[in-house]
Amino acid sequence: MSTSATITTTTNDLTFASVTPGEGLAAALALSRGDIIDLVRDSRLKGRGGAGFPTGVKWNFAAAETRSPKYLICNADEGEPGTFKDRLILSEFADLVMEGMTIGARAIGASLGLIYLRAEYGYLRDHLSEVITRREETGLLGKAVGGLEGFDFTIMVAMGAGAYVCGEETALIESLEGFRGEPRNRPPFPVVSGFLNRPSVINNVETLAWVPCILAKGVDWFRSCGTENSTGHKLFSISGDCERPGVYEFPFGITVGELLRQVGGQDAKAVQIGGASGRCVPRSEFERRLAFEDIPTGGSVIVVGPGRDMLALAHNLLHFFADESCGQCTPCRLGNGKLLEGVEMLREGTCSVEYLNELKGLANTMQVASKCGLGQTSSVAFLSILEHFGGEIHAR
Amino acid sequence: MLITDRERLRDDVLAVAELTGNNRASLIPILREVKRKYRGIDNYAMQLIADVLGIHPVEVDAVATFYAFVQPRTEGRFVFRLCRTFSCELAGKESVAKQLERDLGIAFGETTTDGSFTLEWANCMGMCDQGPAMLVNEEVYTRLTPDSVHEIVKEYRNRSERFSSQAAQVSRPAPSPRLIAECDS
Repeated sequence: MSTSATITTTTNDLTFASVTPGEGLAAALALSRGDIIDLVRDSRLKGRGGAGFPTGVKWNFAAAETRSPKYLICNADEGEPGTFKDRLILSEFADLVMEGMTIGARAIGASLGLIYLRAEYGYLRDHLSEVITRREETGLLGKAVGGLEGFDFTIMVAMGAGAYVCGEETALIESLEGFRGEPRNRPPFPVVSGFLNRPSVINNVETLAWVPCILAKGVDWFRSCGTENSTGHKLFSISGDCERPGVYEFPFGITVGELLRQVGGQDAKAVQIGGASGRCVPRSEFERRLAFEDIPTGGSVIVVGPGRDMLALAHNLLHFFADESCGQCTPCRLGNGKLLEGVEMLREGTCSVEYLNELKGLANTMQVASKCGLGQTSSVAFLSILEHFGGEIHAR
Repeated sequence: MLITDRERLRDDVLAVAELTGNNRASLIPILREVKRKYRGIDNYAMQLIADVLGIHPVEVDAVATFYAFVQPRTEGRFVFRLCRTFSCELAGKESVAKQLERDLGIAFGETTTDGSFTLEWANCMGMCDQGPAMLVNEEVYTRLTPDSVHEIVKEYRNRSERFSSQAAQVSRPAPSPRLIAECDS
């Protein structure tokens, strides 16, 4: 009944399970720092957290900084609704993540790595600490990592305390420094001035786990899957109204329809892709592809079955944002509350068309005027639900 | 708060600061530890933490009130956090929520009068494929049904009672042999 006994996550065949631990790191330590970065850049690996920034480019910026110390931070604040792939990766492939961190640290010249673990995953902390200790004992962390003189790197786990916005990298840094998780203005970007105002690279858990795979299996292997602009495979967290929810690995470019067939969700009415900050994709668009150039996603797929109330979805998501807005900037702090109130009026049938149009205008304002991704994306789902399911919503 | 309690709190805060460094970055680790051990962060604790870290107490308050897991208010020994996000909603969190309220005898946001249980909502806790899901302190429970939460609450009631009876024994220590000997003479 308790923790580990009840967590059983369905998966298909994962690449992470087939990679020999240590192979990627060994390959990296034989390369120069510049060559590691070139290799990751050539693989065209993009950030798996959802934003899709090229990892090699990020590393190159940080490597070019002359100030030290530098930090390599693993973003394990997986708070996007419907996302749980990082939970699986940290539970089962923590070594790969730390290998990726070590390779990244070597590439940029960092001596300390931090795993920012969300409070909700507190039960994973001991496991991660054990993996760190084991790696230290076997010379894979600590002084002269892997026998390479002059390369010292340690990893620590830092706990979050329950705030969705801390998944945003500058808010995450604020939290690490002991402040409220309020996003910073960018520039300067963290690669120039991040944790404690030092150059810091922040990568998603999955991104880091792919790095040793690329080093072990080669750039060509990685680029042979996926699309031109979205290379490689991606882990998708699939939940909601389907027969086999779980974590699935698919190549980028898979259509929504194909993904639904694989998990037994063909009769879906819509799919919420990218979590609360993502968009609602109706049945008529199931031939679209999951890739950075079509529907970008951090991997959250919530299947909405026939007969479900779309307004309930919008209500749930806006309630989430009204609760999780950090409150720093006005469009987001007040806007999400107003949109939530509007959805409640819609559910009661007391929202006029004029007022609904005003809300749409407000939603657009929030998208352009909010400071960080939270406020810029919180109304996307609401607007896409109004666009595709207007008939269902106006009829009450 | 007793002077001895205050001393104990100071020792606990200093112990974390010792471990993580006597700087601002230790604030959240300290808040987490104080909340875990004392179940709340009162004004005295905030001033103490501020003093140790060399910051203004309002900074401590601002951070504690920002994060869901270190809210200053005193909570129960066991905090039940039911996920309210959409996947868990689709999986039937509403009936589980009602059962929790019935079994614990409190509404969401409340703490039982004996200080044993707090019931709260949580935003997505990453168990979307096996919802409805709930955290009790750091333990996670998945695929909940009204029946299974009833059993879980029962289990925690037993734990809470064991805890209370142990605490009672500790607070009334048996006289030490030496004391008895002195009394005899």
